[in-house]
Amino acid sequence: MDIEVIRSYIPLYRDALLLTLRIGWQGVLWAFVIGLVCTLIRQLRIPVLRQLVTVYVELFRNTPLLVQLFFMYFALPKIGIRISAEVCGSLGLGLLGGAYMAETFRSGLDNIAPIQEESALSLGMSYLQAFRYVILPQAVTASMPGIVANVIFLLKETSVFSVISLMDLMFTAKDLIGMYAKTIECLTLLVVFYLIMLLPVSLLGSLLERRMRRAEFGN
Amino acid sequence: MQSLGIDVLFKGTNFLRLLEGLWVAVRISLISVAISIVLGILVGILMTSRNMAVKAIFRVYLEIVRIMPQMVLLFIVYFGTTRVFGWDLEAETAAIIVFVFWGTAEMGDLVRGALISIPKIQYESAAALGMSRGMAFRYVILPQTIRRLIPLSINLITRMIKTTSLVMMIGIVEVLKVGQQIIEANRKVSPNAAFGVFAVIFLMYFLICWPVSRLAVWLEKKWA
Repeated sequence: MDIEVIRSYIPLYRDALLLTLRIGWQGVLWAFVIGLVCTLIRQLRIPVLRQLVTVYVELFRNTPLLVQLFFMYFALPKIGIRISAEVCGSLGLGLLGGAYMAETFRSGLDNIAPIQEESALSLGMSYLQAFRYVILPQAVTASMPGIVANVIFLLKETSVFSVISLMDLMFTAKDLIGMYAKTIECLTLLVVFYLIMLLPVSLLGSLLERRMRRAEFGN
Repeated sequence: MQSLGIDVLFKGTNFLRLLEGLWVAVRISLISVAISIVLGILVGILMTSRNMAVKAIFRVYLEIVRIMPQMVLLFIVYFGTTRVFGWDLEAETAAIIVFVFWGTAEMGDLVRGALISIPKIQYESAAALGMSRGMAFRYVILPQTIRRLIPLSINLITRMIKTTSLVMMIGIVEVLKVGQQIIEANRKVSPNAAFGVFAVIFLMYFLICWPVSRLAVWLEKKWA
């Protein structure tokens, strides 16, 4: 292992990490937005849109991100839809994540017994109050482990961005190995930088899950 | 509008080649899942052990798998081992090693989850009925555990199939790579072939994974 080599590579990896983080978090944000919209459509039982949500969720949960990105980046321009690599990355991640989030939110809501809402209403709460003070806290608690798992999953999935020629961590590592053959240094840095990116998220996630569990009642 | 490349798919053996490419990825996932399930059951049982050292080791293992992208593991095993140990691993072997490493952790966690989700009263009731520990395990615990596990392991299969699409990054010629080759070969006659080819690959993956995940959902509901 050559310390000098590592030192000279660090700026390249740092840039790659920043790019990965930027697109990754944009993707996660998209995922939350899309997931919430889908959940809303499902809860309000809006016809037609509801069926479309189901098709979308099934389609994106049952195909790999790699294939989705290939389709968005290489196939869509052929019918006149051109998207930049960065937008393609964040939107692609967001579409994949949105499908997962929609399922997680739904199972969180499904977990709440109908008697909870009925009891809230019979205590004189309005629908909005019942949702805000009774349903939502329980639903968020119930979906928290799923949400954390989804965020980590999405940030891990950013590792395929190099196929749409985004200079992310994988791209940088592969490029450097190809040029200078300092394989061990490159792979070590790769692991270290992914740890920098994901370890805090993982730890924060566990902390959040533990705190949320206090809100649970009865079990 | 020019053709969108559907014609290219039916030219010569192109469609067959795509299916063969798909089979390469699916074969790798099936082999990996089969090994992962066996190893995962062992790991899952070990994880319920009370031994602190055993517990700590598996926690670290699980955390590594949870955090490291499979892509990184693929790179380490495929490029790293050549450097460090001088092994000349076949790309496919490297892929199977990585997916088994990942799948075993996932399966192990599922098995552990299923085992500890059986309420204690089940053991106690079995004992109260005069069953021996072995009998209780065989007739009471095991059937319930398996029912919980089967849908989850089926889900693991679809996740494995989706993940093995990554093998193109270490040079295995699977369906995406074949697709690129077909597009490249027809660049002149059908410049828009990328649309048809990638749309079809997208659908192919969906048609494989969707029925399998529906089956998992159905079994889960049936046995809930």
